[in-house]
Amino acid sequence: MGTARHRLGSTLSALPSRFPHRSANSSPHRSPHRFPTLAAVAAAGLSLVLVAGCGGGGDTGEAKTKDGKTVVTMGMFGVMGFKESGLLDTYMKENPDILIEADVAGDEQTYYTALQTHLAAGSGLKDIQGIEIGRAKELVDTQADKFSDLSKTPGLDHFLPWKSSQVTTEDGKLLGLGTDIGPMAVCYRKDLFEQAGLPTDRAEVEKLWAGDWAKYVEVGRDFKEGSKKAKVAFMDSSTGLFNAMIYGDEKQFYDKDGTLIYADNPVVKDAWALASGAAQSGLTAKLRQFQPGWDPGLANGTFATTVCPAWMLAHISEKAGPANKGKWDVAKAPKGANWGGAFLGVMDKSPVKKEAADLVAWLTAPEQQAVIFEKLGNFPSSKTALSIPAVANGTSAYFSDAPIGQIFGAAAKEIPDEQVLGRKDGTIKDTFSAGLQLIESQGKKPDVAWKTTDERIKKLTR
Amino acid sequence: MATSTPAARTDGQPPPPPHGSAGKSGPRRDGSAGQSRRNLLHRLDVRGVPYAFIAPFFLIFGAFGLYPLLYTFWISLHRVELSSLDRMEWRGLANFTELIDDDRFWNALTNTFTIGVISTVPQLLMALGLAHLLNYRLRGSTFFRVAVLTPYATSIAAAALVFTMLFERDYGMINWGLGFLGVENIDFENQKWPAQFAISAIVIWRWTGYNALLYLAAMQAIPRDLYEAAAIDGASRWQQFRQVTVPGISATIVFTIVLSTIGATQLFGEPLIFGQGPNGISGGADNQYQTLGLLLYEEGWRNYQMGRAATIAWAMFLILILVFVLQRVVTGVRARRSARPASATRKTPATPKAPSTPSVPS
Repeated sequence: MGTARHRLGSTLSALPSRFPHRSANSSPHRSPHRFPTLAAVAAAGLSLVLVAGCGGGGDTGEAKTKDGKTVVTMGMFGVMGFKESGLLDTYMKENPDILIEADVAGDEQTYYTALQTHLAAGSGLKDIQGIEIGRAKELVDTQADKFSDLSKTPGLDHFLPWKSSQVTTEDGKLLGLGTDIGPMAVCYRKDLFEQAGLPTDRAEVEKLWAGDWAKYVEVGRDFKEGSKKAKVAFMDSSTGLFNAMIYGDEKQFYDKDGTLIYADNPVVKDAWALASGAAQSGLTAKLRQFQPGWDPGLANGTFATTVCPAWMLAHISEKAGPANKGKWDVAKAPKGANWGGAFLGVMDKSPVKKEAADLVAWLTAPEQQAVIFEKLGNFPSSKTALSIPAVANGTSAYFSDAPIGQIFGAAAKEIPDEQVLGRKDGTIKDTFSAGLQLIESQGKKPDVAWKTTDERIKKLTR
Repeated sequence: MATSTPAARTDGQPPPPPHGSAGKSGPRRDGSAGQSRRNLLHRLDVRGVPYAFIAPFFLIFGAFGLYPLLYTFWISLHRVELSSLDRMEWRGLANFTELIDDDRFWNALTNTFTIGVISTVPQLLMALGLAHLLNYRLRGSTFFRVAVLTPYATSIAAAALVFTMLFERDYGMINWGLGFLGVENIDFENQKWPAQFAISAIVIWRWTGYNALLYLAAMQAIPRDLYEAAAIDGASRWQQFRQVTVPGISATIVFTIVLSTIGATQLFGEPLIFGQGPNGISGGADNQYQTLGLLLYEEGWRNYQMGRAATIAWAMFLILILVFVLQRVVTGVRARRSARPASATRKTPATPKAPSTPSVPS
């Protein structure tokens, strides 16, 4: 009986939790109930903190290290040469209170996309940002207020006249200082020329195509006939030829007032005709420059020539490797042109604007540009630097001791004094490259490819 | 807790003092105001606490899920450039009508669908097979299970880069291997179907093991005696697989199909890296492998038209909803159709079986 009562009692006492007024009176039940209330408040509060915490924070702009050095951050792309040539280390040695943190993105497209996002968000920007020439106009038109004005920097007159004007706004604000420019030549493989029965001496090679890009394509036909190796193409891609032709002119895709003229511009039309002809006739290796396949192509000699701006020499010598040293040579291009080049800009919001501007001015000064040319071959945008003996008499051991200072210096002089840039230059160039690939790799007819390209450009500039 | 109190009383021991606050709670016990307040608190405890506990998820979902979704829709009604997000120009539904007229959208939609099918179907079938093999008693089964999951732990970027090199035209390993069989070098990147197959290969490689482990987990929940019974009935391994395993994990199969469909719709990293550089963004020179994700990226981060990019994002969202509504409708119809004959057939074998069961043990 006792056990039965006990059992009954325990069942009854198990009930109270369902009846609020009883549970409130029986003390042991209160403590577990109070705990959830506190926990719930704490949990809700914590989640609010979490949500709020994600919104705050961001760039605190911490510019000093523990030992009191001022930190200057740099965002760059490709091989701009400052890090690679050791100039940043030199600067830090000469200015012991400065610590430079340089971030280099390999691919310019990736770099610029990130830069655009950072500019739009207003965070994540470095103190110094590299600007590629194809993006210059867009930044000048849409983001000028986010860059610091460098036009007051002392001693700017050493730049080539057209260089600084490319990143100057209408009201005279200078968004960046010029690094290198891209005068063009033709890099060729002597051994492959010899196999095809063509001359190998650079003076004679230059003569083959002097004055006209159409002659360059003609040489290609001779090469194809003479070459014993069926798998070796004359040039890497038709896009290189296209770029070389359009960039030899003052205007490419846009007029000065910002209207699109590519469809009627005779320069673009001629370049398209010649490049698409070359693409159709199997003179190209159907590669895309700087994409997979191109690098091993440089090393294994799947093509005999490539149109090369000065900055490309560093890439070729690195990717073709020591085994091909002396097989490559550089010859003057049929016509001078400028492909690429860059600027260094200082962000307006940077907490170390002055230090950053000083660094940019030093890095783009004639002496430093000459150092980069010597070490990597990036061609100076400084007029003064062109007459420094190291530049003027510069040769490249890798490219059969070619007098690259002379060759590119002469090409630089042929670059038109004014170059009209447009907002979407970079993207339009990519679209034309894709259009030529339609012919080269997809077997489309040139007029079909032109129509597609035209439609695409209309959509992207809409 | 409740049972311990009377047990203590029968032992003759006094009830434990409630935190030594007996004096404080004494007067309150009689006051009706305190009583009702405690009632309210208690009700808040019971009713409110669950909401408070799940609140973190909903707060975070609101901030990072719902708000972006609605704001994206708001943007899609405007013309906005990435470089000037503060300047918005009202366009109404013009972005949507333009998108429907744009053949790039339809091209991307078909590519997303075809790449989705040629990656999802083999992937799930292979996962099913793998899971079945792993479900056997094996030596070193843990090793194989971990090994099967390693591709999933690899980053998309790394996997896509390696595959890009493998599929490269002139010096890629796959063309090198095909060369021994006398096959001419295939230009994987530039041809539509080879490109799509190459991208599917990356997806398949990465996700097969993951799905296989999901299937394996479900398979292990199937009772062993079902297999034993089937074996006694003379079912072969293949028949066991078809009649016991597959029906047993059907819920998991549906789950993986849902996951893969979402994954296929969002396909982005693999084709982007496979194309390398500007061609990756446009999905090849001829947009031959441009997916919806890539088209969105191209509009937003190459052409800097955020309004149009937001429109594509919403179109993708609507397509996913449409797919699942269709799926529900189809399964609903099929369930209704199969319900009728099933109830009819079940009756007939059930009756003769009932008397036969007691005869088995005797």
